[in-house]
Amino acid sequence: MSPNEGNGVGGPKRLTTPLAENETRALRAGDEVLVTGTLVTARDAAHVYLVDREDSDGMPCDLAGGALYHCGPVIAGGEGAWQAVSAGPTTSMRMEPFEPPVLRRYRPALVIGKGGMGEETARALSETGAVYLAAPSGAGALLAARIKAVRGVWKLEEFGSPEALWLFEVEDFPALVAMDSAGGNLYREVEEVSAHVLRHLAP
Amino acid sequence: MQIIEAVSHLLKVAATDLPPDVEAALRKALRTEENPRARSALELVLENCRIARRERRPICQDTGLPIFFVTAPVGSSHQGLVEVLRQGVRRATEEVPLRPNAVDPLTGANTGDGVGDGVPIIYYSQWQQDYTLVELLLKGGGSENVGADYKLPDRSIGAARDLDGVRRAVLDAVFAAQGRGCPPYFVGVGVAGTKDDAAVLAKRQLLRPLDERNERPTAAKLEERLLCEINELGIGPSGLSGATTAFAVKAGFHARHPATFFVHVAFGCWAHRRRRLRFHDGEAVFE
Repeated sequence: MSPNEGNGVGGPKRLTTPLAENETRALRAGDEVLVTGTLVTARDAAHVYLVDREDSDGMPCDLAGGALYHCGPVIAGGEGAWQAVSAGPTTSMRMEPFEPPVLRRYRPALVIGKGGMGEETARALSETGAVYLAAPSGAGALLAARIKAVRGVWKLEEFGSPEALWLFEVEDFPALVAMDSAGGNLYREVEEVSAHVLRHLAP
Repeated sequence: MQIIEAVSHLLKVAATDLPPDVEAALRKALRTEENPRARSALELVLENCRIARRERRPICQDTGLPIFFVTAPVGSSHQGLVEVLRQGVRRATEEVPLRPNAVDPLTGANTGDGVGDGVPIIYYSQWQQDYTLVELLLKGGGSENVGADYKLPDRSIGAARDLDGVRRAVLDAVFAAQGRGCPPYFVGVGVAGTKDDAAVLAKRQLLRPLDERNERPTAAKLEERLLCEINELGIGPSGLSGATTAFAVKAGFHARHPATFFVHVAFGCWAHRRRRLRFHDGEAVFE
């Protein structure tokens, strides 16, 4: 990142949660962004839980307009003094069966992960106006440094640390819009190009 | 240094400090990449490595399943070593800290200390040398999930029971993986007569130094050709396009049964965390 990130023409766009639908609908695949606000981590167990959850089971935060982060962090410290040591994205595709219902029910504005998601999620993004962001894969140390505070955790005992829902307060969290609400999808483009090359290399 | 402490230190170095040859390969990729998305991904990755080393934080939050390949002098205690490695993993999980990654498949419960039945994974053999060599891979879930098995012939990919079939299997595996295993990849290929042997042989390839040329010229040629062809696929760093989809391909070949021909394709992510340590008369030497 340049020292002027977010300030120059064509530089990263700044996004602050909670986001309104018209803000995320304006984003396009290929846009670089810097996210400030609250991220809620959710991976496999958390997604199953979110889909099955009873309305009466209270939630510590409202996901509407917020950001879901596919991440199982390394956390140090204890209750009230949690620290994110390393916190990069996990492979999003595992959450594919659960993401469409989660998007429709909780209306997050951002889903952040790595590796992209499938056609059902792409459809749910179009419906809800949310976008899928690719966080730099494997950059756990760099991304943890953008987490200013761990605000809390939910389902820690039940799911264990990697699968728990952690509430991160982030500042200038770097990511790339990889799937937008208008059908733009960088992963699909890459897959199509590589499929063409593969047919040539191994006819 | 106590042996358990040395093992814990090996895990810490592996988790926080990328091997020099891997980091050099990523820097070289950055020099040749022209695609802006690929350049940005590589710049972030290299910056991440600097932060991890400086602050002694895990490079990636998925600190992986520890896989140890141990070669010990004849007469040394296998059981004693297993206990030392398990204690070392427990200590590193608490002290580095590493993410506790051992989950009981029957209950779904995380053991919390990084150790479980069969974890860490340990491959043990003996040799005539008078020292013990401990080679460690920290294998993340993302790259492990994209690993693939092939039984040749495989008509679905036009693969016959020959080296061109192996080539097709590897290209198919990388295509199917796309960016889900964190490219650029270190691709390890194992060809053998049983599925399990092919899988372990492929894993062992991931221990090889990047500049080591395969001593069998036919295999070396296949490795070089595959590296070029994989990079032609254009999947790129993070799977967002670019000219660097893999930074190495290494292949191992074991004798096969006349009727069987198994290929395993193992993937190392860009954060290819492999480190080694020698014990000479109880004294630890880090390489």
